[in-house]
This record gives sequence, structure tokens and C-alpha cells, in this order.
Amino acid sequence: MSVAIRINNLTKRFGNVTAVNNVSLNIESGSFLTLLGPSGCGKTTLLRCITGLEDPNEGEIFIGDKLVYSSSEGISVPPGERDLGLVFQNYALWPHMKVYKNMTFALETKKMTPEEMDKRVKDSLAEVKMSGYEDRYPREMSGGQQQRIALARMLAYRPGVFLMDEPLSNLDARLRMDMRIELKRLHHVTGATTVYVTHDQVEALTMSTSIAIMKEGVIQQLDTPDKVYHFPATLFVADFIGNPKVNLLNGTVDEAGKVNLGSFNVSTNTYNTKGKVVMAVRPEDIAISASPVPEGIEFTAYSVLPAGADSSIIAHRDDIELTIREMGTSTIKMDEKIWLKFNPEAVNLYDEKSGNLITQ
Amino acid sequence: MTVTTIPKVPLPLLNKARLRRFFRWLKSPQVILSLIMLAVMFYMVIIPLYRMLITTITFSENDLRYAPGAVVGQFTLFHWLRMLTSKIAVIMTFQPLLHSLTISFGATTLAFVIGGTMAWMVVRTDMPGRKIINILAVVPYIMPSWTIAMAWKVLFNNGTAGGVPGVLMFLTGTAPPDWIAFGPLPIIISSALHYYTFYFLFVSAALMSIDSSLEEAAELAGASRGRILRKITFPLVIPALLSGFIMTFSKTMGTFGGPNVLGVPVSYYTMSTMLRSNTTVLAFGDAFVLAIILILFSMTTVTVNQKIVGTRKSYETIGGRGFMAQKTKLRESKYILTAITVTFQIIIAVLPLLLLIMSTLMLRSGSYSFDNLSLVHWIGESNVNINSGEPGVLLNPAIWKGAWNSIKLALYTAFFTALLGVILGYAIVKGRGTKLGKIVEQLAFVPYVIPGIAFGAVYISMFTKSVGPIPPLYGTFLLLVIVSVAKHIPYSSRSGVSAMLQVGRELEEAAAVAGANAWRRFWRIIFPLTSAGFVSGFLLTFITTMRELSLIILLVTPSTAVLASMTMRYIENGNEQQANAVIILLITIVLIGNFIISRFRGGSLKKGLGA
Ligand SMILES: Nc1ncnc2c1ncn2[C@@H]1O[C@H](COP(=O)(O)OP(=O)(O)O)[C@@H](O)[C@H]1O
Ligand SMILES: [Mg+2]
Repeated sequence: MSVAIRINNLTKRFGNVTAVNNVSLNIESGSFLTLLGPSGCGKTTLLRCITGLEDPNEGEIFIGDKLVYSSSEGISVPPGERDLGLVFQNYALWPHMKVYKNMTFALETKKMTPEEMDKRVKDSLAEVKMSGYEDRYPREMSGGQQQRIALARMLAYRPGVFLMDEPLSNLDARLRMDMRIELKRLHHVTGATTVYVTHDQVEALTMSTSIAIMKEGVIQQLDTPDKVYHFPATLFVADFIGNPKVNLLNGTVDEAGKVNLGSFNVSTNTYNTKGKVVMAVRPEDIAISASPVPEGIEFTAYSVLPAGADSSIIAHRDDIELTIREMGTSTIKMDEKIWLKFNPEAVNLYDEKSGNLITQ
Repeated sequence: MTVTTIPKVPLPLLNKARLRRFFRWLKSPQVILSLIMLAVMFYMVIIPLYRMLITTITFSENDLRYAPGAVVGQFTLFHWLRMLTSKIAVIMTFQPLLHSLTISFGATTLAFVIGGTMAWMVVRTDMPGRKIINILAVVPYIMPSWTIAMAWKVLFNNGTAGGVPGVLMFLTGTAPPDWIAFGPLPIIISSALHYYTFYFLFVSAALMSIDSSLEEAAELAGASRGRILRKITFPLVIPALLSGFIMTFSKTMGTFGGPNVLGVPVSYYTMSTMLRSNTTVLAFGDAFVLAIILILFSMTTVTVNQKIVGTRKSYETIGGRGFMAQKTKLRESKYILTAITVTFQIIIAVLPLLLLIMSTLMLRSGSYSFDNLSLVHWIGESNVNINSGEPGVLLNPAIWKGAWNSIKLALYTAFFTALLGVILGYAIVKGRGTKLGKIVEQLAFVPYVIPGIAFGAVYISMFTKSVGPIPPLYGTFLLLVIVSVAKHIPYSSRSGVSAMLQVGRELEEAAAVAGANAWRRFWRIIFPLTSAGFVSGFLLTFITTMRELSLIILLVTPSTAVLASMTMRYIENGNEQQANAVIILLITIVLIGNFIISRFRGGSLKKGLGA
């Protein structure tokens, strides 16, 4: 696959805060890449650097084959010449223009007949299911409708790359779900390279073809959603992704390759590692039983939280606390004894010092 | 987000990348506009100030009369020594300074008492009729600042300093004492009645913005009412009080009209009138020494003030957000209070006008009986015995020319001020956090600390000779426009900045991403979104320029005379009725202008005043 955006050693500082720290990243054509991370980790800054709204301090950015930013060459192409579209978190619709004007603003400078423009507007509105809203002012529409118009405004001028900065964060939960469906469809239909910024892991996991997880200006892992979820590259990623949260336990790997967690051991696929590790296991990768099972480890059910489709069980043993996810409504009673088995395939070990995944 | 120290990499001073970066910086609209603004302000403010300073330490041809042996163009401390240490220093400098300070402090205090009390009553009590009080509070501001002074003279003149007896003397037969008729007291009162509007607007905005839950919280915590007022309410209102203070103080320091009408006839000179009398005898070196002293005083006041309130706050007013304030119950007395307030407002707004109109309807001045009624000062033919032979005001081509000059000046000034405001707002807001932006912002503030008459004085020295490609401008109409626009820069940049801040930066960025260049972004996005405040700013500038006197009095010539300066000339020639008629004409034009401009969307004088 060809590369739509190539970023080399990009650094952006604000005063002595390094918002983006030596980031290198290739975004493949046609992919849906999500920049995911907690608030303040530099996602927006990275996106703005790509857009050209912010000038980085160091590094290079290519869009397609075109060098749009280079600190060593002193090049910075203005945003309007980078062939990008950006959807802002707060929509940024021009309040003094009707929807139609908002959408044709970018088209006016391209030599286009009124009929062509008309068609563009109609098509784009249809794509976001907002046909017939041409004559509204932004303030005359709900938040969800404005969101769709903001999207249509970008679609209307057909940029090579779609950029979106937390476009759904101002919507209520219901609308956000609907828009996720639509955005994913849109990507499927247009096949346009999309860079999407969010702090919401569900959005990232559901829509992306790849996810870049950021922390303090550094990309921690760039992978498919599946890899990110099942093989988090660092403890930070493991902890950040997943709801309920991953279980993290301090232990030691013994000669036999078993993880010693104090009063019990967990056997895993053999790792060629020794010494102190952090074991990560997701709540759904622990099997739970109300009666003793072979190799089952005895715990006490501290709290049981059924949630319809699934239930969370909080289990205690000594000072260890685990969260287990069980499908359906759990029959476990609080304070009863339970027996747990870890799925050896799904257990990941991390180096205690560096927090990096230990590969098998 | 990691905190790192930036490694210092030694770079060759000039390389291709640096050059490219530099030119890109230079090409960005904010930088271009900032640089243009810097050049404009440098030319309009800094160079004139410098030239003024130079004039005070150089001999000029005019000095040869009283400085024997002077060599034109030579460096000298002559003017400074003469104004500060010679025998005449007391009369020329120190007495006027004392008088100016007396008047400024007096007027400021009185304006505070009137405006502050009124604001408190309107915002924090359940007194009825708040709307009408609000409207009436702006009225004195529309009138020229010396209107009340002129009316005062019509009422109280006692003939001491020549001129005809006032209405009071005519009716009672006894002459009011000198201290009522002329001098500091009437100047203070007449200025305070004009400037109390500032206090009223600032304090009421501040009081409105105080969240009364703060006070309620203190009350719940067991604090007494007096303590709450002292510890909570007062500190929150202090910035507004100080804004009112420096606004009024620096205006009264540089004001010319009042002291000229009520002070000069009894030789009670202030800095401004002394400055003027020095320029009329072409003693520019001496005059500029006074101007510089005046500027230093004003600057000190503003600086001390800003130290107290924290930078800038003092001239930014607090935007009233309108919390539901807890209101003091006044019971029955509230109607009486409303009646007193409204009566007072009507008296100070309407009575002066009535007195002025009455005086213009009297054939012979000083007689206020019915058989003396006449329209001759308005529509009389030229008559050697009346008004030095000038025809009635409405038939007088010189006055129509003055009126037209006034209107032209006000319109040009309002337009360029508004335009500069939008540009400065853009340059400053976009440049926030950069050195360039900061310099622009600070330079834009400079005219604020220069009192009106001194600001006018600054321009005398500037434009008597040509500067670079620019021809000498002294005596031209253009100079009046330049000085008026320059004096308005602080206000226009303030309103431009607040308008820009209303426009989220994403709106412009969205346009940039959509491929719009800076020009298109400015005219299609920024300008339409910031121009809502344009109209009220325009209106405010129009009115202040129409009735501005101190600023231009030193710069007008017979051919560029405006109505405001004509009133002074008529007074000085002893044709007071004619002067009064011109004031009435001036106020009428302002009211018509106000009416027309406020028809447009967003045109509100109160809004323009920043409350
Ligand atoms: N214009 C700016 N000036 C100064 N600091 C900024 C600016 N923009 C962002 N930052 C800082 O850079 C860091 C990253 O910000 P941002 O990219 O907005 O994070 P995110 O979008 O991931 O929440 C934060 O610490 C933020 O405070
Ligand atoms: Mg962000």
C-alpha cells in the first residue's frame, strides 16, 4: 500500500512543554488511523501540525509525495494547499453564512460552474443525510445536525485526506453511536484516508483500521485495533484500553515458566524470561466457576455487578483484587467462594522496569 | 507532555531554511498588519513626541524675541529653566499645575460620588424607573464638556470679569459672589456633571457582574453587612472605580473648554489654558514644556493605577454578565429617591440647554425680559452692532462651513478609527504571546496617557515642516483627522480586541484549511463577524469627535475651524450668544447623527462606551 502521510521525527514545543516528541508515523492510503490518548497527550497538536495550522519545531511531513513541512529546509506549505479537510471539535461552522454558503466557500476559489457547485452541495448533504437544509443558519440546527453539516462541508470540496479532531465529543451518547456508524460507512464508501483524534477508546476500537496510542507526546503503539487490544505494547496501553480495565498483577517468573503471584501460580505459554514481571489479563479472559475446578484458584466474590449483557465480578484473595467479566447475568453470590482459571493464551507479561511487553 | 529544556543547537546565522522561515513569518497577515500598524503608530505617536521633546531643548526663531543671543537650532535648556526655575515659573507652570490638579481631583471625586451612588441605586436597590435613569445618564456625555460651563455663565455671571450679568443677577439684582461665578468651584462642578457618566457605567457594570452568591456565602458564614460590603463587594468593584478614576482624571487634566470659559476671565489658569496662551504667542518651546509635564503627570497616574489593579484591567471594563443581584429594599422612600434622581438628571441635562437657548433668544445680552426676545442671533441679517457684524447663526456661511467640517471630521475619524480597530484587534489577538504582538498592544495604549490638549500640542511641532515624503500638515484638515484618529487608537484597539476574541480561532482556521487566503479570510470571515461592534464604536467615535475641543484647539485655523472651536472663538471675542447658539447647533447635529447611526444594527451608544 502506498503512504498517504509520512511523518519523520516531528517535535512541537510550547515554551518548555513538548507536546509532540520526536514522532515518526506512516499513514497508509485508505486507512482510518485514530490518534488515541488521554487529554493533553498531544493528539490535537499532532493533527494541527499535519494540517499546517501549527508549525512544528523539528521534523518533516510529507502528504502524498509532497513535502509540506521540513524544519531543515524551512518549508511549510499553508493549510489550504495541503489538500486536506478538517472537522473541528466544535464544528466551526461560519455563523453568518447559511449551510449552502458554508459549503460553497471552499469551492468558490476553484473554477467551478454554479451547477457543479449545486451538485456538490446536494451530493454531500445527501451523504450525511441532511438534504434540504441548505437554507438554514448554523444556529437554527441542533448539535448533531451541525456536526453532520461540518462533515458535509468537508466532503463538498473532496480533500485527499480527512482529518477529524474529536468530532463526536460534543454529542450525547445516542447520537455519538449513530455517528460512529455513519462515519465508518463514510470511510467504507469513500475509501478516503482518515486521521481521527479521540480520547474515547470505544470510538477508536470500533472505527479504525489502525490506532496510534499516545502518551506525553510519544506514540506508544501503532497497530490494528485487535492487536492493540489483545497485545498492548506497554503497560500504559494495556491499562488505557479496555473497559472494565485490565487486571495487572506483580509477579515473578520461575524456572518452569510459571508466574508466581505469591500464594498461587499461573501457568502461561512458556516465556523465555525470568524475574520480576507485571502480568496483564483482561477480565473476559478469566473463567469463573462457583464450584472447585481442576487447577482453579480459590477467590472470594467481593462484589457482583450484573449489567444485562454481561456482569462484572470483583474477586479478592489476600491483597489481590481481580475483575472478571462473565457473559449474561451472573449467578455468583457475594461473599461466596469462587474458582478462577486464567486463559494462558491471553495472558501478557510486561517487564516490570520498562513496562514493555515481553514477547514469547 | 513532558517538560524538557530545549537544547541550544548552534546554527549558522543565515542559511536557506532560516531565510525561508523568516520570509514566511514576514508574509503572514498578522505580521504584515502588525508591522503596518507599528509604522502608522510610530509616525502618528512616537515621532511627534520625539519632535516635541526636541523643540523644548532647541532654540527656534520665535525665541529670539525674549532670549537675546540665542542661536537658532542650538541645544539649550533655556525653556526648561525658564518654566521651572525662573521668576515666572510660579505663574507659568506651578500655579497652573496646582489648578489643574485641584480641578481634576475635585471633578473626579464629585463625579465618583454622583455616578457611584447612582449606579449602586440602580443596580442594587429595588428602586423603580431604572430604565429612564440609565438613558438619562448617557445624555450629559453627548453634550460638549463645556456646555454646562457656558450655561453656568449664563446663570451666574456677575460681571466681575466683564461680560454681561447672568440670569440670577438680572432677576435678583444682586451679584453672585466671585467664587460661585468663576474659578475652581464652577469648573469642578461643570466637569463632574459631564464625566459622571463614566463612573455610572463602569460601576453599574461591575456591580452587575458580581455574583451575589459570593455575598450570600459570606452572609451564611456569619459576616455582617458592613463587613461584606468592605471585604467582598468593595474589592470587586475597585477595578471599575479605578477605571472611572483614570478616565475622568486624565480627561479633566487635559480639558480646555471649562477652564477657558470659567477660569481664564478671572486669570485662573490651568495647564491647558496656559499651554494654549503660550502657543498663541508662538512660544512653542515653553508650551511644550508644559505639555510634557502634563503627560508625565498623566502617565504617573495611570502607571500607579495599573500597579494597583494589575496591568490593563484598569482600562478594560468589566463586562456585565448580569447575575441576579440581591437587592436592598428601600420601602416607601424608593419613589422619592427615583424622583430626586430623575429630577437631578433632568436638571443637569436639560436646564443647561434651556439656559443656552434662552440666552440666544435675547436681542441684547444680559436682559432676560420678554420684550427682549428675538431670533436675530439665529436668523438675523448682518448688523454691525450685533455679533461683530456676523449674520445669525443659521444664515452664517462660516458657521455652516464649520458644521460641515465638524461632520466631515467626525465621519472620517469614526471610519478610520473603526477600521484601525478591526486591524489592530486582529494583529494583537493573533500576535498574543509574541513580542511583536506585545509591542503593538503597548504602543496602541500610549495615546491613552497623553491628555487631550497635550496630544494636540504634540502635533504642532510635528507637522510644521515636512517629514520625509510627507508634506507639512499644519493648518490642514487632514491633520485634524490624523490627530483625532490617533487619539482614539487605544479605544479602537480595545474594542477591536474584544470583538476579535468573540470570534473563535477555529472559524478562521476552518477557512484556512478550506483554502482561503488571508485576504479572503479577513473580509469573508473575520470582518463580518467582528463588525457587529463596528456600528456602536462608530457612533461613539462620531459623538466624541463632534464635541472634541481640547485635542484640536491648538491645531485649527480659520479655514479648518469646526463648531467646537468656533464656540471658543466667539466667546473670546465676547459674542457669547453666538457661541451658545453654535453649541445648540452642535448638540442638534450630534443628536441627529446619533439617531441616524443607531438605526443600524448594533448601534448603541451605551454599548460603545464599553458597559
Ligand atoms: N497553543 C498552545 N500553547 C501552549 N501550550 C499548548 C498549546 N496547545 C497545546 N498546548 C499544550 O500541549 C499539550 C498537548 O495539547 P493537545 O495537543 O491539545 O492535547 P490533546 O489534544 O491530546 O488533549 C498540552 O500540555 C497543552 O497544554
Ligand atoms: Mg485535543
